[in-house]
Amino acid sequence: MFAYYPIYKGYFRTALMVQFQYRIAMLIWLLGGIIEPLMYLVVWRTVSEQQGGSVGGYETNDFVVYFIAMMMVSHATFTWIMWEYVYRIRMGLFSVMLLKPIHPIHSDIADNIGYKFLTLTVMGPLTLLLAWFFEATWQPLPWTLAAFVPVLILAFLMRFYWEWSLAMVAFWTTRIDAMNQAYIVVGLFFSGKLAPLSLFPEIVQRAADILPFRWMLAFPVELLLGRITPRELLIGIGAQLFWLLAGYLFMQFIYRAGIKRYAAFGA
Amino acid sequence: MIPIDTMFYFRLFATYVRVGILGELEYRANFWINMIQSALDLSVALGGLAVVFSHTDTLGGWRPEELLALIGVYFLIGGLIRTIIRPSMTQFMDQVRQGTLDFTLTKPADSQVLVSIQRIEIWRLVDVLIALPVLATALVRLGTRLGLAETAVFAVTLLCGGLIVYSFWLMLSTCAFWFVKVENIQVIFMSMWQAGRWPVTIYPAWLRSVLTFLVPVAFATTVPASAVSGRITTSTLLGTIALAAALLLVSRWFWRVGIRFYSGASA
Repeated sequence: MFAYYPIYKGYFRTALMVQFQYRIAMLIWLLGGIIEPLMYLVVWRTVSEQQGGSVGGYETNDFVVYFIAMMMVSHATFTWIMWEYVYRIRMGLFSVMLLKPIHPIHSDIADNIGYKFLTLTVMGPLTLLLAWFFEATWQPLPWTLAAFVPVLILAFLMRFYWEWSLAMVAFWTTRIDAMNQAYIVVGLFFSGKLAPLSLFPEIVQRAADILPFRWMLAFPVELLLGRITPRELLIGIGAQLFWLLAGYLFMQFIYRAGIKRYAAFGA
Repeated sequence: MIPIDTMFYFRLFATYVRVGILGELEYRANFWINMIQSALDLSVALGGLAVVFSHTDTLGGWRPEELLALIGVYFLIGGLIRTIIRPSMTQFMDQVRQGTLDFTLTKPADSQVLVSIQRIEIWRLVDVLIALPVLATALVRLGTRLGLAETAVFAVTLLCGGLIVYSFWLMLSTCAFWFVKVENIQVIFMSMWQAGRWPVTIYPAWLRSVLTFLVPVAFATTVPASAVSGRITTSTLLGTIALAAALLLVSRWFWRVGIRFYSGASA
């Protein structure tokens, strides 16, 4: 485990340097992830105000905090690997990665975290600005804050392993746009991005329980809002660990199958 | 200056459409991929509406069928952007970078027209195909209130909205003459565009101004949709027509300035 430390240090340094070169492009790409939660924040705030200040157990302020937290959690856990892999394979870049005596997922994790560190300089102030602008009030409970750290890390890893595995589909076909979008859309409905899950019909909520998406986003967000009981916290962490393990095994399996299948373009 | 011969440009457009169809017939699977993607997009839009209206009767004064009309307009204009405007402008930016714009400039037709219609991704029209039944459903539900005058106003605002988006996009692309690498500007537009799925009137003042004046999303989505529901004021209508005309002229002028500045890639 600690053998990876110097490797990650090196990866981080290069990732930060590379991404700093593209800082303007980076800012522009952030925009989509900001507009989307902002849009639903405004929509649900409007609905709540019309209904006399609360909808489905959420007060107007809760919606504001919910979607600002959602923006942060979704930014912290998102990956772009599903688009990157196709590019890698099409351009033959993957052959180089394959030559290195280390699993390619490590450089991707380091890249992702490096990017998050750089963008935190924008997302952090933006969160405060939005909170100030929408007059959000939030009183964190100490134990939920403490629990939030491991929950967020688990959410990140879970999402990373699953999306990395799905990216492997690029070994079989490089036309993955529709599949990626299907993943995003299904995720949108069951992760709580569109609206807090308790506002959905019962059947959607039950489906969300057994799908991984809720545990990637809605669960950390609701924890921050103090809407999770200690018992629910344990169940949630259990679900996260289950999906993380499943994602890890799936990754191992599909990566091995993919490597066998891989023949560089032009070879 | 080449005389403006409407028939000639109509035939030119028809030729480019034919070339576009022939080119894309090679990739017939793209039709299905686009079909799936558009259907997924639509399911997000409609699903969002369904959740919102399961908790309220109106959103910021908009009834469900009015928002349905808005979604129809959003997909209609969005489809035209993705079919003609974005591919043509992307190709134009590539041409500036690689110097191949020279070939376009030597052709005996207006360069702005040539550039604006040069690439037509015909399968993207499925967005328009999907928009039509949505719009029709909304119109039927609003039916009793929709007279001949309203229909005419709707058509005019739709046309103006399309022209405003086109002119805006042309001006952004023209910047390529000076800055060469500006593709990311398109990402800004498409990120802001998604906010057009909801009436801009619900957004806080600063965001509304951004979506109205900085990136004219409001004119292409909210304005035509408000024409359908008869809530458009005469001043908004006149303002939209005036803005469309003004932007068309300004973008034309800007294009001329840019083309005079352009000196080829290696010259």
